[in-house]
Amino acid sequence: MSLAHRIIPCLDTDGERVVKGVNFVNLRDAGDPAELAARYNIEGADELVVLDIAASRDHRPTFLETIRRVAGQLAIPLTAGGGVANVDEGRAILRAGADKLTVNTVAIHNPELLTALAAEFGSQAVVLAIDAKRVGDHWEAFVRGGSVPTGIDAVAWAHQGVDCGAGEILITSMDKDGTRSGFDCALTAAISKAVNVPVIASGGADAPETFLEVFGEGRADAALAASIFHDRVQGLGELKQFLAQHGVSVRQTG
Amino acid sequence: MNIALVEYGAGNLPSVERALARLDVESRRASTPEALADCDALILPGVGHFGALMRSLTQRSLVKPLRDAVSAGVPLLGICLGLQAMFAASDEAPGDTGLSLFPQNVSALPATGRLPHMGWNQLRRVRHSKLLEGVPADAYFYFAHSYAALDAGNAGVALCDHSASFIAVLEQGSVFATQFHPEKSGSVGAQVLSNFVRQAGGKG
Repeated sequence: MSLAHRIIPCLDTDGERVVKGVNFVNLRDAGDPAELAARYNIEGADELVVLDIAASRDHRPTFLETIRRVAGQLAIPLTAGGGVANVDEGRAILRAGADKLTVNTVAIHNPELLTALAAEFGSQAVVLAIDAKRVGDHWEAFVRGGSVPTGIDAVAWAHQGVDCGAGEILITSMDKDGTRSGFDCALTAAISKAVNVPVIASGGADAPETFLEVFGEGRADAALAASIFHDRVQGLGELKQFLAQHGVSVRQTG
Repeated sequence: MNIALVEYGAGNLPSVERALARLDVESRRASTPEALADCDALILPGVGHFGALMRSLTQRSLVKPLRDAVSAGVPLLGICLGLQAMFAASDEAPGDTGLSLFPQNVSALPATGRLPHMGWNQLRRVRHSKLLEGVPADAYFYFAHSYAALDAGNAGVALCDHSASFIAVLEQGSVFATQFHPEKSGSVGAQVLSNFVRQAGGKG
């Protein structure tokens, strides 16, 4: 009996539609978020993440409506985020139906935001999302959808973020994102060793073996992927069956 | 069937409403003593902070009506922080008094495992459970918490293990509670909610 490793489909949206691209560029339409959410809820996803990658103020009401539509389809937890800059915006996202918030760009310039969100909603509702890229012998945190380097060490930032109140880390490898060449296990393990909160690995998901690697060598508690699920390259049920056969604790449904 | 969800600002109240709606069970929100006094069953949802929850219930003058409803035998289901609120106090908010339906305290889980205890875990059943009727023994439920009740005497009917052994399902008379979120626990969670509704006299 132990905590299951989670498999989390991610819906990157422009606020309204699911989009996908490689390394955060060349975005194209990948469907309706509520339809995909309904499918993943049935197929055995352990949680769902929906992000507003445009994160423009003008589109926020549209994104909140998207969260409401997605939440209406789910009997599993929902995490949402994109551009959350203060407690009120966080509250709006949770009220729309999310259980947890992701915070990224704003927190790195203002770590107190994590503290304020945790004080208001509890650490279990605050997910620190970090986009990291290998630079020399370490990983650097990038912001604004991965376009702007910060000069900040990703592992040190994860540690600081948890001290400030984050209850979970979502670590995305920008080197791996969209490449289908496997997760960055070294990055994920480095983050996982640095913090005592759950760590979600993201970027590079491909065959079931890549999940086995990130749960083993990568020490991840959860793994997130988008296109392999959207494009039906990988079924959730088969993936979990494979993992269970290889000794990984997973929640199997139906 | 008149199920009232205690409304005091808890974030997961709409999720519980949706989960009940999927079972074709109607519910309404109750945020005043009068509304609490007039129902067949009560659900106390909860996420966040023990102290904030108790202060919010106190400000709305809901503490005594909740205790009175329990004394009168009105079925009550506490969810997550709603379970913890049933105890006398919590490490999370020293000095704040809980509903004290149980005399024990809620403890911080030891940091030997990752915290929060977040994700899907299995239960260890130690007594017959009405809430878990029809639920497979190896079912997974969704948890998200860092504090837990480690002891509730004979009321603890199922335990979970993460850093420590803690109470996952609590039942005593008409008082029911789960540390996990049934409204977020897929079909087995729906079964738990349905079992509660049946206990409360509904068709579940």
